[in-house]
Amino acid sequence: MARSTLNLWVGIFVLLGFFSFLMLGFKVGNLSAGGSGSTYTVIAHFDNIGQLKERAPVRSAGVLVGRVKSVSFDPVHYNAEVQMAIDTKFPFPKDTSASVLTSGILGEQYIGLDAGGDEKMLKDGDEIKLVQGAVVLERLIGQFLFNKAQDGGAEKGAPK
Amino acid sequence: MALEATVRGIRSIGDKTLRIVERVGATAAFLGLTVMHSATSFRRFDLVIREIFYAGVQSLIIILVSGLFVGMVLGLQGHETLQNYGSEQSVGVLVALSLVRELGPVVAALLFASRAGSAITAEIGLMKATEQLSAMEMMAINPIARVVAPRFWGGVISMPLLAMLFSAMGIIGGFLVAVVLIGVDDGAFWSQMQAAGDFRHDIVNGIIKSLVFGIAVSAIATFEGYEAPPTAEGVSGATTRTVVSSSLAILALDLVLTAFMLKGWN
Repeated sequence: MARSTLNLWVGIFVLLGFFSFLMLGFKVGNLSAGGSGSTYTVIAHFDNIGQLKERAPVRSAGVLVGRVKSVSFDPVHYNAEVQMAIDTKFPFPKDTSASVLTSGILGEQYIGLDAGGDEKMLKDGDEIKLVQGAVVLERLIGQFLFNKAQDGGAEKGAPK
Repeated sequence: MALEATVRGIRSIGDKTLRIVERVGATAAFLGLTVMHSATSFRRFDLVIREIFYAGVQSLIIILVSGLFVGMVLGLQGHETLQNYGSEQSVGVLVALSLVRELGPVVAALLFASRAGSAITAEIGLMKATEQLSAMEMMAINPIARVVAPRFWGGVISMPLLAMLFSAMGIIGGFLVAVVLIGVDDGAFWSQMQAAGDFRHDIVNGIIKSLVFGIAVSAIATFEGYEAPPTAEGVSGATTRTVVSSSLAILALDLVLTAFMLKGWN
């Protein structure tokens, strides 16, 4: 086969491969939505994080604003330390509150941020003080049964 | 007598094991030798371009068509199962992630091993059988630098491109079945795919996998060809061994790579 034809075909092949790389990058990897944009890290301590994992989404008002960077156990306070990488496009006030939430009934867990009213903004390395841990189903049921028993006891005791 | 038969049986197991280990070691040594003699391939890159044509461009049709079919089947099967949970819109996530992370690199590498790997082995084996390699040595041309290294690099360069084309084609196939044929919402198909996919952890890891598979298949194919007994049976046996051992190598390497990629390096 002639050299020029050969080069043409290999060129087409490499270009096709490159375009499929771009297509995968933009359609699957979400490169267009600032996936590699700069972020700042904030820390939050939770009593219980449930099933929260690394790379879980951080949402505010349901919109993705960042991802969980790391989850570790804090041996001083005996609770979970969560580091979140939040997009620098979204600054949050200092009194923002963070809670561990679940998407849907059986869905993955994520961190929900509710902005406060402070005029100072969170900086890299700051800690979110207002936190709400994950709701554990067993504890919820336990509390419900406990309240029920207490109500029953009160009703019986009332006529006396 | 029974004892003697048992000892013979155990001995043959040991013999086979040692042969396999020897072969793996010899392939690795040959890979090192190929890389050492690669300077010529990069100085005369037209030699590599020729091999990219034979290994990569000529595998395009089979890779593209299989990718389309695999994506279509994934779309059908995924939709069938996901609709039981009322989440048929996630079919895009299922198709894209299973292709980019797993099926794209693995199936493309298996097809590449049987389409291009066997051809490389047969070509080099026949060159050896017809004493073309010895003739080169007589002319003080190193056959590893002139024949083996360009074929090796041609395979290594082609493999990631083929794997990406396979994944992209599969996603188009899944789109055709799920959105065009079945009628899943087209916005949800793409947006859920984008929300679930990650550039570094899904796409780059898939490319790393296909690069490793490309190195393994090309090394095995060139080694088997170069070491083939210079007879008709020898070449045919070497071709078969290329397909069998590179398929096994791909699947075993895939398990190791996936374990490290999902569970981390520590």
